[in-house]
Amino acid sequence: MLRKLLIGTALASGVAFAAHAEDVKEVQMLHWWTSGGEAAALNVLKQDLAKEGFAWKDVPVAGGGGDAAMTALKAMVAAGNYPTASQMLGYTVLDYAAAGVMGDLTETAIKEGWDKSVPAALQKFSVYDGKWVAAPVNVHSVNWLWINKAVMDKIGGTEPKTFDDFIALLDKAKAAGVIPLALGGQNWQEATMFDSVVLSTGGPEFYKKAFNDLDEESLKSDTMKKSFDNLAKLVTYVDPNFSGRDWNLATAMVIKGDALVQVMGDWAKGEFNAAKKVPGTDFLCYRFPGTDGSVVYNSDMFGMFNVPEDRKAAQIALATATLSKSFQSAFNVVKGSVPARTDVPDTDFDACGKKGMADLKAANEGGTLFGSLAQGYGAPPAVANAYKDVVSKFVHGQIKTSDEAVTQLVSAIEDAK
Amino acid sequence: MSAVATPARQSTGGISARTVNRIVIYGLLALFALFYLMPLFVMLVTSFKTMDEIQNGNMLALPQEPTFAPWIRAWSEVCSGLTCVGMKGYFWNSIKMVVPAVIISTLLGALNGYVLTKWRFRGATLVFGLMLFACFIPFQSVLLPMATILGSLGRFGVKLQNATGLTFGFGNPTVNLVFVHVVYGIGFTTLFFRNYYEAFPNELVKAAQIDGASFFQIFRRIMLPNSLPIIVVTVIYQFTNIWNDFLFASAYAGSGDVMPMTVALNNVVNTSTGVVEYNVNMAAAMIAALPTLLVYVLAGRYFVRGLMAGAVKG
Amino acid sequence: MSTVAETSITLTPEHDARPGATVRSRLQDALPKLVLAPSFAATIVFVYGFILWTIYLSFTNSKTFPSYAITGPRAYQRLWRWTFESDPPSSWYTSITNMGIFGFLYISICLALGLFLAILLDQKIRGEGVLRPIYLYPMALSFIVTGVAWKWFLDPGLGLEQTLHQWGWTSFHFDWIKNKDFVIYTVVIAGVWQASGFIMAMFLAGLRGIDGEILKAAQIDGATTFQLYRRIVIPLLRPIFLSALIVLAHLAIKSYDLVVALTSGGPGGSAWLPSNFMYEYTFKRNEMAVGSASAVIMLMTITAIIVPYLYSELREKPR
Repeated sequence: MLRKLLIGTALASGVAFAAHAEDVKEVQMLHWWTSGGEAAALNVLKQDLAKEGFAWKDVPVAGGGGDAAMTALKAMVAAGNYPTASQMLGYTVLDYAAAGVMGDLTETAIKEGWDKSVPAALQKFSVYDGKWVAAPVNVHSVNWLWINKAVMDKIGGTEPKTFDDFIALLDKAKAAGVIPLALGGQNWQEATMFDSVVLSTGGPEFYKKAFNDLDEESLKSDTMKKSFDNLAKLVTYVDPNFSGRDWNLATAMVIKGDALVQVMGDWAKGEFNAAKKVPGTDFLCYRFPGTDGSVVYNSDMFGMFNVPEDRKAAQIALATATLSKSFQSAFNVVKGSVPARTDVPDTDFDACGKKGMADLKAANEGGTLFGSLAQGYGAPPAVANAYKDVVSKFVHGQIKTSDEAVTQLVSAIEDAK
Repeated sequence: MSAVATPARQSTGGISARTVNRIVIYGLLALFALFYLMPLFVMLVTSFKTMDEIQNGNMLALPQEPTFAPWIRAWSEVCSGLTCVGMKGYFWNSIKMVVPAVIISTLLGALNGYVLTKWRFRGATLVFGLMLFACFIPFQSVLLPMATILGSLGRFGVKLQNATGLTFGFGNPTVNLVFVHVVYGIGFTTLFFRNYYEAFPNELVKAAQIDGASFFQIFRRIMLPNSLPIIVVTVIYQFTNIWNDFLFASAYAGSGDVMPMTVALNNVVNTSTGVVEYNVNMAAAMIAALPTLLVYVLAGRYFVRGLMAGAVKG
Repeated sequence: MSTVAETSITLTPEHDARPGATVRSRLQDALPKLVLAPSFAATIVFVYGFILWTIYLSFTNSKTFPSYAITGPRAYQRLWRWTFESDPPSSWYTSITNMGIFGFLYISICLALGLFLAILLDQKIRGEGVLRPIYLYPMALSFIVTGVAWKWFLDPGLGLEQTLHQWGWTSFHFDWIKNKDFVIYTVVIAGVWQASGFIMAMFLAGLRGIDGEILKAAQIDGATTFQLYRRIVIPLLRPIFLSALIVLAHLAIKSYDLVVALTSGGPGGSAWLPSNFMYEYTFKRNEMAVGSASAVIMLMTITAIIVPYLYSELREKPR
């Protein structure tokens, strides 16, 4: 692709282009981080590479949380024009690796000690068939509550430790006349919340069996049924206009104090930061009640493609810079997530970030770090989306009972496997 | 030369009925204008508001403290990915793709329509039917096979480059997009012209032919000058569709230096995880639509009547 | 002058019998076909070739990438099951029923409104130059942003309902966009808003292409305005109806971004159209075989609906 582009540009500008055998000092990067904060975070990497003399060719394609970019990537690969690297999620990396279009960074990985510092759960996606094919950039975790502190003080609430506590807290908010739960009624948001509900209802073992191993017994168990009942309970606390709302508008409701709490991944913190809110004084971050000690994660990765030899040096530089401690810290402070390696100092992070890093480390060591099914780290996209369908249809009433929901979940997942 | 105007000699009531008639017509036109303008109103007022006002006020309210900052940001500062040059940087990329694609597809459509109506041959209807049905192919299902073909053309371009020093456009993303839009546009342009020429008097063509005019002479001297309204429609349709295409543009020309306007706009507007600046988005969307709007206004002037009558006399 | 509708006089070059100019005249004969050939060839390869490719893929086990081993009609079996064993409604079932509702309302309202506005605008209106772009401009704006404006406007907590409540009409209730049974109608409203202006332009072009002499003659014969339109003008616009219908049908089946920008798929996916289904399964869910099969079924449905119409419109009329 790049060669093509270069030729095209050279032709267009009337400059003769001659192929050289020397290294091309340029990385071509497909990604969907196009908004202010995210782009600023990625810019750090661009500058790090510039210091080493590598140019950055940006291929940003936003839309649908990466859907548009993945469509573009598929077209690029079909045309035989691989980018140096592409932002990718979970199973997509493995799909492309299985198709044989990914590069091999194992040498660099060993030299830089990635296998020791990157959590094993993440390596499941960045290593294929014994080869490092992707560089993880960050770890997001989804089992968070984001609470407006002023509202919390007004209703005299305290940190909920169990699901029942949480319901009691929501009741208090309701009695005080604020919207208890801010939810965006789009399928991925509903399913992201349900990830936490299942972890809280069934515990870590159950979550893993149901949502990572897709064990049928667990999927159709009473615990799953109870999880759906709990979800139904939570949905009674949302305002009537929640359907179709964007996640950031739900966050805005909490920021403004119209709503007490939102269940959302740690990217929500970016919204609080942008509104100049401080953790601890303006807003509170708690783990979803009953999930303390476990982390349901998703992670952004830079998939590294099998580029021509003269581009490998640039690719290695990109991967090395991505997993450098300084970049991991600088990037994740801005992005709201936590570093993808557990040996990065937490000095620059805020209170929520520090807690996130500590939790990640503990979960990694304790074996309670689980891929989020809603975010595509629990199972391949076909299954994950079938799951989102069922949860969303349950929330919006196309599926009426938890019995039916469990039956549908089992058959939808079976169908999509 | 006459429009299908309400006949002046309407029997009942004379002038007053005619006046009532006019009032009703203007009233209806104005009412519909309001319906069409309403979202534009929302976008315009939003683009002049501060983010605080957007988050706390009514969306239909006028801005309390109007600000041009969102427009300035959208024009010259806003970021598409890591490149923060505003929307103004992407006009040229789009224009150099849209203009050739519109001209080529419109011209081909006019020629095809001319052949299909005035030079019929056995099977012409089937050919037209097949081209017409082609309008319905879902672009999602051509994306990958087309990419494969464009990819091999690109490699062919590299070979040409090595052999002759020139690529002849093979593998150039802008050329690729022009090609794709022409291929998937000719169905529509042919349809428009064919159906317009269908109502075009054959006598004119026949007379010219007897006078010894050639195929292309008839096309240039008789058909084209009488096609202004349909050229306007075709150009509007093609320009809009190609300008606003996102799927092909993002898949075949996503890189910053060739990226068309729509991809840039999409990058500005779509945030996966980040703060949404609605005021800037609205301003950016209107900036991105300016060339299309300009085409509507300028081309609209050629929505004229009565050329055909003139041609008969001349 | 005779009526314009009488069009099927086929022209054949008459100088081909002359000896001596055979090569030239043969070239002259072939010229029209040569002019048409590149377009036709491109259509055959890049449309029908790709349709065959899609049909082929629908019988494979293609997932993230195309795979070329035929594995049978499993994709069709799944679609079949999703169509007929659909309680609660499957996404596919929702998509095709929505297509029926959306397609019918969208096409008929756009046609009616477009024709109506074109006729009004054709009444020697002062300010036509201002009104025309006003009706047309929605086409120019990318729906990823106008979708937001519409979404706000239709949102009961932000838009029309709230504004009217503030103005004192508190019993007003309009929450279709939040309602799984009505959300598809909001897609119709926004879709009509976007496309009807262009249909108006097509009809206007058609009206302007009609020979004024015929109308004058009819008026002199004492036809009323209504009769004039019903008996003469609208029949003359038949080819334009065909163009407008094709454009609308094409827009209707490709209304992907409309649904996404306006409703994000609707409550529980209740606003999906087949194009959303196709895109989701082909690119997002990595079930390319199912995506291809749905594309094939869409094309077959369109064939079943549009081909008879095309046949009746296009067959050589004996005159």
